[in-house]
Amino acid sequence: MNTRRLKDVLSSRLMLAAAVFACLLLFFMVAGLFFRASPILLTVPISDLLFSIEWSPFEGKFGFYPFIMGTLWVTVLATVIAIPVSLLSSIYLSEYASNGLREIVMPLIDLLAGIPSVVYGLFGVLAIVPFINDTLAPAMGAETIGGYSILAGGIVLSIMVFPIIISVTGEVMRSVSGELREVSLSLGATKWQTIKHVVLRKARPGIIAAIVLGFSRAFGETMAVLMVVGNVAKVPSSIFDPAYPLPALIANTYGEMMSIDLYDSAILLAALILLLVVLICNVIARMILVRIERGII
Amino acid sequence: MEFRRIEELIFKALMILSLVFVAGSLLFVVGVILWRGLPVLSFDMITKTGEGGYLLGKGGGILNAIVGSLYLAAGGTILAFFLSIAIAFYLQKEYSGGTRLSGLTRLSLDILWGTPSIVYGAFGYIVLIYFHIRASLLGGIIVLALLEIPIMTRAMEEVLKMVPGDLKETAYSLGATRFETTLKVVGKQALPGLLTGVLMAFGRGIGDAASILFTAGYTDRIPRSLFDATASLPIAIFSQLSTPLPQVQQKAYASAVILLVIVLAISIITRLLAKKYTRFIIK
Repeated sequence: MNTRRLKDVLSSRLMLAAAVFACLLLFFMVAGLFFRASPILLTVPISDLLFSIEWSPFEGKFGFYPFIMGTLWVTVLATVIAIPVSLLSSIYLSEYASNGLREIVMPLIDLLAGIPSVVYGLFGVLAIVPFINDTLAPAMGAETIGGYSILAGGIVLSIMVFPIIISVTGEVMRSVSGELREVSLSLGATKWQTIKHVVLRKARPGIIAAIVLGFSRAFGETMAVLMVVGNVAKVPSSIFDPAYPLPALIANTYGEMMSIDLYDSAILLAALILLLVVLICNVIARMILVRIERGII
Repeated sequence: MEFRRIEELIFKALMILSLVFVAGSLLFVVGVILWRGLPVLSFDMITKTGEGGYLLGKGGGILNAIVGSLYLAAGGTILAFFLSIAIAFYLQKEYSGGTRLSGLTRLSLDILWGTPSIVYGAFGYIVLIYFHIRASLLGGIIVLALLEIPIMTRAMEEVLKMVPGDLKETAYSLGATRFETTLKVVGKQALPGLLTGVLMAFGRGIGDAASILFTAGYTDRIPRSLFDATASLPIAIFSQLSTPLPQVQQKAYASAVILLVIVLAISIITRLLAKKYTRFIIK
């Protein structure tokens, strides 16, 4: 075998190894977190872990319910704010906007996606939290803890998920064939009617995938939420209440947990829950998007 | 005017409003940070390391965090580069065409891409404990590399896909091996795009806090070896803001300006590079 062949074989083995590493990395993450979370899974019944509201690690009580609800409130609020804004922007960008406008706006959206989450958090502390505290909460007759609330977290998070929903939706809408549009237009439909009845209908699964991806991005976001959401371990009942989402719990308690039995295990269980939710969301979204790419949907 | 025309006008107005809102939120975020941060940004902040008790209001700057962040992101990016380029090359048709592994690798990368950085942080911490590595520059670099691999690989794969098949076939017909074609034809052709991917991952790495929260440590000094703990800009911002002292909190605003400028600069340079070099590429 000559050296050229040898190089080819060796390099392809290395590449294969790297690809296997990428697959194993995900497997190891799930397995590693599961292994380290197993002590608590074995001692505390799952129903208590998921549905008990008592969180006092020093007495061995690990109820994740307030944290799970906190995460859901913030994430759902962020998604609800982000959906109309992102979808409308995306429709305009892919159906109406001139190339010139698109070339100006798309880089701006990329910049938005690149801003670090601590900076978003600081933005929330400097702009959104005072606004809620001084203006919005008094106007609505609501009480907040200095403005640190689910609403603040939801607003900041929604800005963070704009880029992902906009870019995925845009891709999906561009994949709808031009012929379909032309048929609709030739029947006398207006452009908006065509978009509403043809393009959006065809793109619906893809738009759902975009929303699921946005939701999962918001679900795991840590620093920005942690900084504005108040971090009170109570089940929230209004968007002006503070919340304590799972990622914030991990970030805040990881340093101190080593000393207490099961605490470490409980925090890693929180990380495992995050990973599994994100994994399921991503698998669903990717399955839809791959089918669209192959032309099955 | 007919109803359907009015409907179209209303929706068009809503769309433009949404778009203005999205673009406006970028300007608003950047504007708020600059407006509050620039007045408190001083020369000392970027040229001095923190003196003992910096977070308690003592003097000094955050040079340690700036340098720490550059070390962390550079280290993580270099480590991620070697793995990502190999994975991206593997995902080309001639190596993995149609195999189940290529589909699995893509799916794994997609999921890893969406995995929250706090999960990387927690997982990284387990790994460090397993290998008995303390929270250090090395620990931070490893975790950042893991975080950057899916971002970089995905960008690189996109670029490699754009290389015209004719070019490859020409190389093969001249008797080149897959490796030679990949390195000398595809790699060269895709170089600017690959660089863009690397810079993008660097930008993501330098701004991430949650992943290095437990793995890089914190110190007022600039790290001298891989095993020293190191400060980083995102975590410096977070800890300065968490203190009850207003004068320290203000330094968090200034630090955020520094981080934001670095990240935006990388983003813009990436874009300009991509634009400049695509002119020399065979289409």
